[in-house]
Amino acid sequence: MKTNLEFLAAIKSPDKPEIPYNTLNLGPTHPATHGIFQNVLTMDGERIVHGEQTVGYIHRAFEKIAERRPFYQITPLTDRLNYCSAPINNTGWFLTVEKLLGVQVPKRVDYMRVMVMELARIADHIICNSILGVDTGALTGFTYVYQWREFIYEIYEEICGARLTTNMGRIGGFERDFNAIVFEKTKKFLKEFPPVWREFENLLSRNRIFMDRTIDTGGLTMERALNYGFTGPNLRACGLDYDLRTAEPYCSYEDFKFEIPVGTTGDTYDRFVVRNEEIWQSLSLVEQAMNKIQALEAGVFHADCDKYYLPPKQEVYKNMEALIYHFKIIMGEIDAPVGEVYSAVEGANGELGFYLVSDGGRTPYRLHFRRPCFIYYQAFPEMVRGQLLSDAIVVMSSLNVIAGELDA
Amino acid sequence: MEPISLETIQQHIDSHLSNGIQISQDAFGVFNCELDIKHLYQFVHFLYKDEVLAINFLTDLCGVHYPDQKNKEIGVVYHLQSMKHQLRLRVKVFVSENKPEVPSLTGIYGSANWMERETYDFYGVQFLGHPNLKRILNMDEMLAFPMRKEFPLEDPNREDKIDYQFGR
Repeated sequence: MKTNLEFLAAIKSPDKPEIPYNTLNLGPTHPATHGIFQNVLTMDGERIVHGEQTVGYIHRAFEKIAERRPFYQITPLTDRLNYCSAPINNTGWFLTVEKLLGVQVPKRVDYMRVMVMELARIADHIICNSILGVDTGALTGFTYVYQWREFIYEIYEEICGARLTTNMGRIGGFERDFNAIVFEKTKKFLKEFPPVWREFENLLSRNRIFMDRTIDTGGLTMERALNYGFTGPNLRACGLDYDLRTAEPYCSYEDFKFEIPVGTTGDTYDRFVVRNEEIWQSLSLVEQAMNKIQALEAGVFHADCDKYYLPPKQEVYKNMEALIYHFKIIMGEIDAPVGEVYSAVEGANGELGFYLVSDGGRTPYRLHFRRPCFIYYQAFPEMVRGQLLSDAIVVMSSLNVIAGELDA
Repeated sequence: MEPISLETIQQHIDSHLSNGIQISQDAFGVFNCELDIKHLYQFVHFLYKDEVLAINFLTDLCGVHYPDQKNKEIGVVYHLQSMKHQLRLRVKVFVSENKPEVPSLTGIYGSANWMERETYDFYGVQFLGHPNLKRILNMDEMLAFPMRKEFPLEDPNREDKIDYQFGR
């Protein structure tokens, strides 16, 4: 059997026009793209000679809209970036604003944030890995683990009332304390999800068909990955142990004990394995965070910053200052300090950064989202060159490209 | 992984480059520098190759529009990063609105390709040497550069919404 490299060498040269290539449109709406983006593939038989991506089909001008919104109204925009793990985006945005304002949040809020962010990371990785199974032909595992993603959404619902686009938390903390059901459900999740996930792993990780489809498919060396701006699990699958949670700890991640899984060749199988291992690490982080929250005094769920955090409603009716701040915050009349901030969090698919320029007004002067998958999706043609069409689908799926984040 | 001080960076850059680049550090620990456009490529290339500082990762690239700065209306902001020392360096260049030409970094960073296309798409910055400089998120037929401040977000003929009361 010929290897991929031999096939690549045998691909006909484009300056021989007598040999026809086929052009294949994969997308914009195609069941295998998992989102609205298009790939125009130049095919030689079933081998890919060249691919070109077209993105922007769901561009919603978030950066422009953000220039006219007070800070708290931008949170719902961040929900819609990587909508598979919206709480991470929300928290990333709060951290950016808190950095600009100089707000120090209590430890308990940090731990609460870690708990929801790690739950979000698990939900995101469940989606990515189980859909990778679907793309290789294993639908059952996907339907089996998906109920646990639903369960995570139920926990979100208890925390903030929403499921997908969560708008969870506020600048300075959370809108309310976690109730008893949140901890109850999280305990149930920590107890009952691991055996299910173990079963799912057993289904795929040593499965002959799955391994044949994914090993040596869409690999990238670490140098190329860094050059292409890879971050997150995709970079770690190439063998670099870079994780913002340890490199630039935010939200008191330095208080937690966890490991950073890395791969070796950066192929689809490595990405799958790295994400699996991250789920186990995140489960441990959720448990640690929950214990830390419960060890601290209940009822602390926001920082003491009355200019930016809405006062309790009872106070608004009785207290003059509370009424004033309530009005000013809702109307977006609080000016932010002048400054320039870049703040990043480890999103589920890479470094999610916010570059905020404030000129002292009530809205950002400029807000730029560093969306990880917009940057690493550029590498896709190089990753699939010389490979089969069905490999391209698997590679795209394992890169975890989310259309909402791609287009902002 | 050990932190590097501002003086070390400044000395290191001065000893290798002679174009008087001044680095400063802001309150959040990020290093900043503003460059003349003709030094940009050389400076970024030097950082990319340099093994001491190892600033070899392009985190982010975006444009900013300051309509009031005469002949420096459009800024391009690069966020560079050293994973070895965990430091971030923000490099800014400013160009005139009439001739927004900036050298492309695609020769150094593969990741610059789409980010430069995005900046072109929204601010009209011409990246010289870019292999495929066309719009990426907006439609190809679009005439304006929509992130510039003069481009209105809402219908300017609306009378029911008074801007100074509600947002910018």
